[in-house]
Amino acid sequence: MADRTEFTTEAMQFAPSLYTTALRMTRNSADAQDLVQETYLKAYRSYATFDQGTNLRAWMFRILTNTFINNYRAKQRRPQESELKDVENLYLYHRLPQLAQMSSSAEDQLMDMFAESEVRQALENLPESFLLPVLLSDVEQFSYKEIAEILEIPLGTVMSRLHRGRKALQEALYEYAMSRHLVSQQTLTDAQQSLKSSTN
Amino acid sequence: MADCNETLQDLERFLDSELATGKLENLTAHLEGCVDCQQTFEFHAELRQIVRQAVHHEPLPESLVDRIKECFGTDLTDESDTQ
Repeated sequence: MADRTEFTTEAMQFAPSLYTTALRMTRNSADAQDLVQETYLKAYRSYATFDQGTNLRAWMFRILTNTFINNYRAKQRRPQESELKDVENLYLYHRLPQLAQMSSSAEDQLMDMFAESEVRQALENLPESFLLPVLLSDVEQFSYKEIAEILEIPLGTVMSRLHRGRKALQEALYEYAMSRHLVSQQTLTDAQQSLKSSTN
Repeated sequence: MADCNETLQDLERFLDSELATGKLENLTAHLEGCVDCQQTFEFHAELRQIVRQAVHHEPLPESLVDRIKECFGTDLTDESDTQ
Protein backbone atom coordinates (compact mmCIF):
# COMPACT_ATOMS: atom_id res chain seq x y z
CA MET A 1 0.00 0.00 0.00
CA ALA A 2 1.22 3.44 -0.89
CA ASP A 3 2.48 5.57 1.97
CA ARG A 4 0.63 8.83 2.51
CA THR A 5 3.64 10.58 4.03
CA GLU A 6 5.44 9.97 0.78
CA PHE A 7 2.51 11.49 -1.07
CA THR A 8 2.66 14.74 0.89
CA THR A 9 6.32 15.20 0.06
CA GLU A 10 6.05 14.09 -3.58
CA ALA A 11 2.78 15.68 -4.67
CA MET A 12 3.47 19.29 -3.74
CA GLN A 13 5.83 19.81 -6.69
CA PHE A 14 2.92 19.44 -9.13
CA ALA A 15 0.86 22.21 -7.57
CA PRO A 16 2.02 25.02 -9.93
CA SER A 17 1.27 23.06 -13.11
CA LEU A 18 -2.04 21.72 -11.74
CA TYR A 19 -3.07 25.25 -10.77
CA THR A 20 -2.07 26.72 -14.14
CA THR A 21 -4.01 24.02 -15.98
CA ALA A 22 -6.98 24.55 -13.65
CA LEU A 23 -6.89 28.27 -14.43
CA ARG A 24 -7.14 27.63 -18.15
CA MET A 25 -9.97 25.16 -17.63
CA THR A 26 -12.09 27.20 -15.18
CA ARG A 27 -10.98 30.64 -16.44
CA ASN A 28 -10.98 32.13 -12.94
CA SER A 29 -8.70 31.94 -9.94
CA ALA A 30 -11.34 31.18 -7.30
CA ASP A 31 -12.64 28.08 -9.13
CA ALA A 32 -9.11 27.05 -10.08
CA GLN A 33 -8.06 27.12 -6.41
CA ASP A 34 -11.13 25.13 -5.35
CA LEU A 35 -10.48 22.62 -8.12
CA VAL A 36 -6.84 22.15 -7.14
CA GLN A 37 -7.71 21.78 -3.45
CA GLU A 38 -10.34 19.16 -4.32
CA THR A 39 -7.80 17.36 -6.46
CA TYR A 40 -5.32 17.15 -3.58
CA LEU A 41 -7.99 16.04 -1.16
CA LYS A 42 -9.16 13.25 -3.46
CA ALA A 43 -5.60 12.22 -4.27
CA TYR A 44 -4.67 12.13 -0.57
CA ARG A 45 -7.70 10.06 0.31
CA SER A 46 -7.33 7.59 -2.53
CA TYR A 47 -3.54 7.42 -2.51
CA ALA A 48 -3.78 3.80 -1.35
CA THR A 49 -5.11 2.94 -4.81
CA PHE A 50 -2.21 4.64 -6.57
CA ASP A 51 -0.03 2.08 -8.28
CA GLN A 52 3.49 2.70 -6.95
CA GLY A 53 6.11 3.09 -9.63
CA THR A 54 3.62 4.53 -12.12
CA ASN A 55 3.42 8.19 -12.99
CA LEU A 56 2.22 10.25 -10.00
CA ARG A 57 2.04 13.45 -12.05
CA ALA A 58 -0.22 11.83 -14.67
CA TRP A 59 -2.36 10.34 -11.87
CA MET A 60 -2.83 13.78 -10.29
CA PHE A 61 -3.77 15.27 -13.67
CA ARG A 62 -6.30 12.50 -14.15
CA ILE A 63 -7.97 13.41 -10.86
CA LEU A 64 -7.84 17.10 -11.82
CA THR A 65 -9.51 16.60 -15.21
CA ASN A 66 -12.11 14.17 -13.81
CA THR A 67 -13.00 16.60 -11.05
CA PHE A 68 -13.23 19.44 -13.56
CA ILE A 69 -15.49 17.45 -15.88
CA ASN A 70 -17.75 16.30 -13.04
CA ASN A 71 -18.03 19.48 -10.98
CA TYR A 72 -17.00 22.54 -12.96
CA ARG A 73 -17.76 21.90 -16.59
CA ALA A 74 -21.41 22.92 -16.33
CA LYS A 75 -20.36 26.49 -15.42
CA GLN A 76 -18.31 26.87 -18.55
CA ARG A 77 -19.69 28.17 -21.77
CA ARG A 78 -17.51 26.81 -24.48
CA PRO A 79 -18.37 26.19 -28.10
CA GLN A 80 -19.16 22.64 -29.16
CA GLU A 81 -16.89 20.87 -31.61
CA SER A 82 -19.67 21.02 -34.17
CA GLU A 83 -19.81 24.82 -33.94
CA LEU A 84 -16.28 25.18 -35.22
CA LYS A 85 -15.52 25.38 -38.87
CA ASP A 86 -13.03 22.76 -39.89
CA VAL A 87 -10.10 24.55 -41.48
CA GLU A 88 -7.42 22.98 -43.63
CA ASN A 89 -4.01 21.86 -42.46
CA LEU A 90 -1.23 24.46 -42.06
CA TYR A 91 -3.96 27.09 -41.82
CA LEU A 92 -2.03 29.84 -40.10
CA TYR A 93 1.19 29.13 -41.94
CA HIS A 94 -0.46 29.76 -45.28
CA ARG A 95 -2.22 32.95 -44.22
CA LEU A 96 -0.05 34.82 -41.81
CA PRO A 97 2.71 35.85 -44.22
CA GLN A 98 0.28 37.70 -46.50
CA LEU A 99 -1.31 39.38 -43.54
CA ALA A 100 1.90 40.49 -41.92
CA GLN A 101 3.74 40.87 -45.21
CA MET A 102 6.50 38.85 -43.72
CA SER A 103 8.26 35.72 -44.76
CA SER A 104 7.01 32.69 -42.92
CA SER A 105 10.41 31.96 -41.45
CA ALA A 106 10.73 35.32 -39.71
CA GLU A 107 10.22 33.90 -36.27
CA ASP A 108 10.60 36.92 -34.08
CA GLN A 109 7.86 38.56 -36.12
CA LEU A 110 5.61 35.61 -35.45
CA MET A 111 6.32 36.05 -31.75
CA ASP A 112 5.37 39.72 -31.98
CA MET A 113 2.11 38.98 -33.77
CA PHE A 114 0.32 37.62 -30.73
CA ALA A 115 0.02 38.94 -27.22
CA GLU A 116 0.17 36.26 -24.53
CA SER A 117 -3.31 37.23 -23.42
CA GLU A 118 -4.64 36.54 -26.92
CA VAL A 119 -3.05 33.12 -27.05
CA ARG A 120 -4.49 32.28 -23.63
CA GLN A 121 -7.91 33.48 -24.69
CA ALA A 122 -7.79 31.52 -27.94
CA LEU A 123 -6.92 28.41 -25.93
CA GLU A 124 -9.55 28.95 -23.27
CA ASN A 125 -12.24 29.34 -25.89
CA LEU A 126 -11.55 25.97 -27.47
CA PRO A 127 -14.22 23.31 -27.02
CA GLU A 128 -13.37 21.35 -23.89
CA SER A 129 -12.70 18.13 -25.82
CA PHE A 130 -9.91 19.99 -27.65
CA LEU A 131 -8.71 22.20 -24.82
CA LEU A 132 -7.78 19.38 -22.45
CA PRO A 133 -5.60 17.38 -24.89
CA VAL A 134 -3.92 20.57 -26.19
CA LEU A 135 -3.09 21.78 -22.66
CA LEU A 136 -1.80 18.35 -21.65
CA SER A 137 0.34 18.01 -24.77
CA ASP A 138 1.51 21.48 -25.81
CA VAL A 139 1.89 22.94 -22.33
CA GLU A 140 2.41 20.01 -19.96
CA GLN A 141 4.19 17.87 -22.56
CA PHE A 142 2.53 14.60 -21.64
CA SER A 143 2.89 11.80 -24.22
CA TYR A 144 -0.08 10.58 -26.31
CA LYS A 145 -0.23 7.46 -24.13
CA GLU A 146 -0.30 9.46 -20.91
CA ILE A 147 -3.00 11.77 -22.28
CA ALA A 148 -5.07 8.73 -23.31
CA GLU A 149 -4.84 7.46 -19.73
CA ILE A 150 -5.53 10.83 -18.12
CA LEU A 151 -8.60 11.53 -20.26
CA GLU A 152 -9.62 7.87 -20.54
CA ILE A 153 -9.94 8.02 -24.32
CA PRO A 154 -8.29 5.87 -27.05
CA LEU A 155 -4.88 6.87 -28.41
CA GLY A 156 -6.32 7.58 -31.87
CA THR A 157 -8.84 9.96 -30.33
CA VAL A 158 -6.02 11.81 -28.55
CA MET A 159 -4.26 12.33 -31.86
CA SER A 160 -7.33 13.44 -33.79
CA ARG A 161 -8.41 15.84 -31.03
CA LEU A 162 -4.93 17.32 -30.84
CA HIS A 163 -4.90 17.77 -34.60
CA ARG A 164 -8.31 19.40 -34.74
CA GLY A 165 -7.72 21.40 -31.56
CA ARG A 166 -4.51 22.87 -32.90
CA LYS A 167 -6.17 23.79 -36.17
CA ALA A 168 -8.99 25.48 -34.25
CA LEU A 169 -6.40 27.35 -32.20
CA GLN A 170 -4.69 28.53 -35.38
CA GLU A 171 -7.99 29.69 -36.77
CA ALA A 172 -8.72 31.68 -33.60
CA LEU A 173 -5.24 33.23 -33.66
CA TYR A 174 -5.73 34.19 -37.28
CA GLU A 175 -8.98 35.94 -36.39
CA TYR A 176 -7.15 37.95 -33.71
CA ALA A 177 -4.36 38.85 -36.08
CA MET A 178 -6.81 39.87 -38.76
CA SER A 179 -8.99 41.98 -36.49
CA ARG A 180 -5.91 43.78 -35.19
CA HIS A 181 -4.70 44.30 -38.73
CA LEU A 182 -8.05 45.80 -39.70
CA VAL A 183 -8.00 47.99 -36.61
CA SER A 184 -4.53 49.29 -37.37
CA GLN A 185 -5.59 49.94 -40.98
CA GLN A 186 -8.52 51.95 -39.65
CA THR A 187 -6.28 53.92 -37.28
CA LEU A 188 -4.04 54.73 -40.21
CA THR A 189 -6.97 55.89 -42.32
CA ASP A 190 -8.30 58.00 -39.45
CA ALA A 191 -4.89 59.57 -38.92
CA GLN A 192 -4.58 60.37 -42.61
CA GLN A 193 -8.03 61.91 -42.64
CA SER A 194 -7.43 64.06 -39.61
CA LEU A 195 -4.11 65.19 -41.08
CA LYS A 196 -5.90 66.09 -44.29
CA SER A 197 -8.60 68.07 -42.54
CA SER A 198 -6.06 69.94 -40.33
CA THR A 199 -4.05 70.99 -43.39
CA ASN A 200 -7.14 72.20 -45.23
CA MET B 1 13.49 9.12 -48.09
CA ALA B 2 10.09 10.65 -47.34
CA ASP B 3 8.51 13.13 -49.75
CA CYS B 4 7.00 16.51 -48.78
CA ASN B 5 3.51 15.10 -48.27
CA GLU B 6 4.63 12.31 -45.97
CA THR B 7 6.90 14.71 -44.13
CA LEU B 8 4.13 17.22 -43.48
CA GLN B 9 1.83 14.43 -42.32
CA ASP B 10 4.36 13.59 -39.63
CA LEU B 11 4.83 17.21 -38.55
CA GLU B 12 2.69 17.02 -35.41
CA ARG B 13 4.05 13.67 -34.28
CA PHE B 14 7.54 15.01 -34.78
CA LEU B 15 6.87 18.11 -32.68
CA ASP B 16 5.22 15.88 -30.07
CA SER B 17 8.34 13.64 -29.96
CA GLU B 18 6.14 10.69 -30.92
CA LEU B 19 7.81 9.56 -34.15
CA ALA B 20 9.27 6.06 -34.29
CA THR B 21 13.04 5.99 -34.89
CA GLY B 22 12.82 4.71 -38.47
CA LYS B 23 10.34 7.39 -39.48
CA LEU B 24 12.36 10.02 -37.69
CA GLU B 25 15.43 9.16 -39.76
CA ASN B 26 13.44 9.38 -43.00
CA LEU B 27 11.97 12.68 -41.98
CA THR B 28 15.28 14.19 -40.92
CA ALA B 29 16.82 13.11 -44.22
CA HIS B 30 14.06 14.87 -46.14
CA LEU B 31 14.24 18.02 -44.02
CA GLU B 32 17.96 18.36 -44.63
CA GLY B 33 17.34 18.78 -48.33
CA CYS B 34 14.01 20.62 -48.39
CA VAL B 35 13.90 24.29 -47.45
CA ASP B 36 10.10 24.50 -47.82
CA CYS B 37 9.50 21.74 -45.29
CA GLN B 38 12.18 23.16 -43.01
CA GLN B 39 10.37 26.51 -42.94
CA THR B 40 7.04 24.84 -42.26
CA PHE B 41 8.50 22.87 -39.36
CA GLU B 42 10.25 25.91 -37.92
CA PHE B 43 7.04 27.91 -38.06
CA HIS B 44 5.08 25.26 -36.17
CA ALA B 45 7.82 24.69 -33.63
CA GLU B 46 7.80 28.42 -32.99
CA LEU B 47 4.03 28.47 -32.70
CA ARG B 48 4.22 25.68 -30.14
CA GLN B 49 6.72 27.75 -28.20
CA ILE B 50 4.37 30.73 -28.26
CA VAL B 51 1.53 28.64 -26.82
CA ARG B 52 3.81 27.23 -24.13
CA GLN B 53 5.08 30.65 -23.14
CA ALA B 54 1.60 32.15 -23.01
CA VAL B 55 0.59 29.51 -20.48
CA HIS B 56 3.63 29.76 -18.23
CA HIS B 57 3.16 28.55 -14.71
CA GLU B 58 1.35 31.12 -12.62
CA PRO B 59 2.62 31.76 -9.11
CA LEU B 60 0.65 29.72 -6.57
CA PRO B 61 -1.51 31.85 -4.30
CA GLU B 62 -0.25 31.53 -0.69
CA SER B 63 -3.74 30.69 0.50
CA LEU B 64 -3.90 27.73 -1.92
CA VAL B 65 -0.65 26.33 -0.55
CA ASP B 66 -2.20 26.44 2.93
CA ARG B 67 -5.40 24.83 1.68
CA ILE B 68 -3.47 21.98 0.07
CA LYS B 69 -1.51 21.40 3.28
CA GLU B 70 -4.79 21.27 5.19
CA CYS B 71 -5.84 18.37 2.93
CA PHE B 72 -2.85 16.40 4.15
CA GLY B 73 -4.04 16.50 7.73
CA THR B 74 -7.58 15.58 6.81
CA ASP B 75 -9.63 12.87 8.46
CA LEU B 76 -9.32 9.71 6.44
CA THR B 77 -12.44 8.02 7.76
CA ASP B 78 -14.47 9.26 4.82
CA GLU B 79 -12.90 7.01 2.21
CA SER B 80 -16.03 6.96 0.09
CA ASP B 81 -15.28 10.38 -1.35
CA THR B 82 -12.48 9.27 -3.62
CA GLN B 83 -11.93 9.56 -7.35
